[in-house]
Amino acid sequence: MNIHEYQAKQLFRTYQIPVPEGRQAETAEQAAEIAGALGGDGWVVKAQVHAGGRGKVGGVKLAKSLAEVAEFSRELLGKRLVTIQTDSAGLPIQSLLIEKIYPIKRELYLSLVLDRASERLIFIASAAGGMDIETVAHETPGQLVSVQVHPAAGLQAYQCRKVAYTLGLQGAQHKALARIMQGMYDLFLAKDASQIEINPLIETDSGDLLALDAKINFDDNAVAIHPDILAMKDPAQEDDKENEAQQFGLNYITLEGNIGCMVNGAGLAMATMDLVKLKGGLPANFLDVGGGTNVEKVCEAFKLILSDTSVKAVLVNIFGGIVKCDVIASGILAAIEQVHVTIPVVVRLEGTNVEEGRALLSNTGLKIYAADDLAHAAEQVVRLAEAA
Amino acid sequence: MSILINKDTKVICQGFTGKQGTFHSEQALDYGTKLVGGVTPERGGETHLGLPVFNTVQDAVDTTGATASVIYVPPFYAADAILEAVDAGIKLIVCITEGIPILQMLRVKAAMAGTGVLLIGPNCPGVITPGECKIGIMPGKIHLPGSIGIVSRSGTLTYESVYQTTQQGLGQSTCVGIGGDPIHGMNFVDVLSRFQDDEQTKGIVMVGEIGGGEEEDAAEYIKAHVTKPVVAYIAGQTAPAGKRMGHAGAIVTGGKGTAEGKVAALKAAGIVVVNSPTDIGVAMKACF
Repeated sequence: MNIHEYQAKQLFRTYQIPVPEGRQAETAEQAAEIAGALGGDGWVVKAQVHAGGRGKVGGVKLAKSLAEVAEFSRELLGKRLVTIQTDSAGLPIQSLLIEKIYPIKRELYLSLVLDRASERLIFIASAAGGMDIETVAHETPGQLVSVQVHPAAGLQAYQCRKVAYTLGLQGAQHKALARIMQGMYDLFLAKDASQIEINPLIETDSGDLLALDAKINFDDNAVAIHPDILAMKDPAQEDDKENEAQQFGLNYITLEGNIGCMVNGAGLAMATMDLVKLKGGLPANFLDVGGGTNVEKVCEAFKLILSDTSVKAVLVNIFGGIVKCDVIASGILAAIEQVHVTIPVVVRLEGTNVEEGRALLSNTGLKIYAADDLAHAAEQVVRLAEAA
Repeated sequence: MSILINKDTKVICQGFTGKQGTFHSEQALDYGTKLVGGVTPERGGETHLGLPVFNTVQDAVDTTGATASVIYVPPFYAADAILEAVDAGIKLIVCITEGIPILQMLRVKAAMAGTGVLLIGPNCPGVITPGECKIGIMPGKIHLPGSIGIVSRSGTLTYESVYQTTQQGLGQSTCVGIGGDPIHGMNFVDVLSRFQDDEQTKGIVMVGEIGGGEEEDAAEYIKAHVTKPVVAYIAGQTAPAGKRMGHAGAIVTGGKGTAEGKVAALKAAGIVVVNSPTDIGVAMKACF
């Protein structure tokens, strides 16, 4: 789960990680008011969307007067921001973060992530902040430092010192960095984060360290036990269909093709998409209906797939393990009738009672095609989508 | 011989009296698995499916001599269940549960280091030696005792591989679903090394997917140590970056863990990689 920058910075404050002074605004008037209360003669107006790369596309603006704060806010609010990390539709800007401007001496990078290979949380830091970390890793790998934290021992002082020396920090900055790292570690554990990134972490002219940006992702498997984090969810920043799918226990991801896919099992769902592509088509979605496929779930799955108007044909691929194929077939038929599916549906069933299942799907008078095997099913659905 | 389990393996079930535990225990008993009892706290002394229920894993182990345990408890109780099994001297733990918080698994793995206990999963279908012992949620009927070892991160793709190798008349020695979570127990290399040492296993099917680097590690291992034919398939070539594809571990982040990278690594190691998941059985057959 993702949250906005302003929410991440609220959490940072709670964990003693220094952030710029600022507040979130939802109207231009509010924005100017906040800037006035902050004081000074320069402010930054930051669009709050769940995507990086905002600065390059006008999502972050520097204002020199309160009038400019209001003007930029009016420009941004209500628009959709398209960045390198969004799709072509972009994400809606419904709120802004108004912050004081700080004189920047250096931009650093600091993150805490899960390293799957070592099965540890690791801090990654670099003196080349502000840049995309993958670019840093690629172009100047020597500037990167990482430390692994053992879950029993926790973060150690020497690990913070190692990062501080690599970043070229001096004197009191060592202590400041250690506090930031400890805050990140405590926050990560307390809230079941999956990633915390500060890019850039700035060194101001006076030598202070400040999290100029803040990005936190949370472990979807754990948000249920963190109501405070769940309350920060912003459905407007997420795909409507993906949100709806979640409510029915379905795993759905929107893609850009025209062949709807409905599959049981995540691996098989990915494999089915790949196969559609291999046969010359383009999948419209990833959809895992899970193990216990019942009529209600299949109905909801069809509704989701059909709500995408670019879908021209549907491929249903179910490997009937413990649930028998004839039971699945009647479920699919009931769903097709209930949801009034009018586009062609190719069904590939395999497993126990497959013959009975296929028989049920044949001669229904509906546009249902019972395929003999998966390869043929994929070829057939691609043909039907092309013909539509 | 098979790997990990055989007809003599004594198995207990944690979460025995729950809906999942009950359903899959019945299926396991039907298959002939030597299920010797189960654990549900506060239900010790009862009988369920004709088998004894124990309050603790320790009681179950002491009474039945079980060496393997299968876990069907809800996600927020699963870490506790795994560690209870470790503590009670279980040698092979199969955790089916999906949705365990990652940080809990991180601590579980750290606590298990050095114990020598094997963990399969979580978020997996389990392990089966056809005709002998089924521990997990896989449909028993599609299996055939035979010569192919199957290891996979995905449940339904394991079934596809099983089904196809059965159709080809090859059958399976043992099938291991290692699970779809980013932090999990046995990995590809752990299973591959056992298949290499197992006389019954003549060929290996390996099914990977996007996310992480275990397929790349497996490619290196196979190149250096595996002399048996290996057929591999990687799912997720059309998956968009940054999106979690159903499995918690199936995600491409920062350009790492892509299907192309994995396919390239496997091919470079001389492994047969099929483009279509429907070609697994045929490609395996062609190796003999």
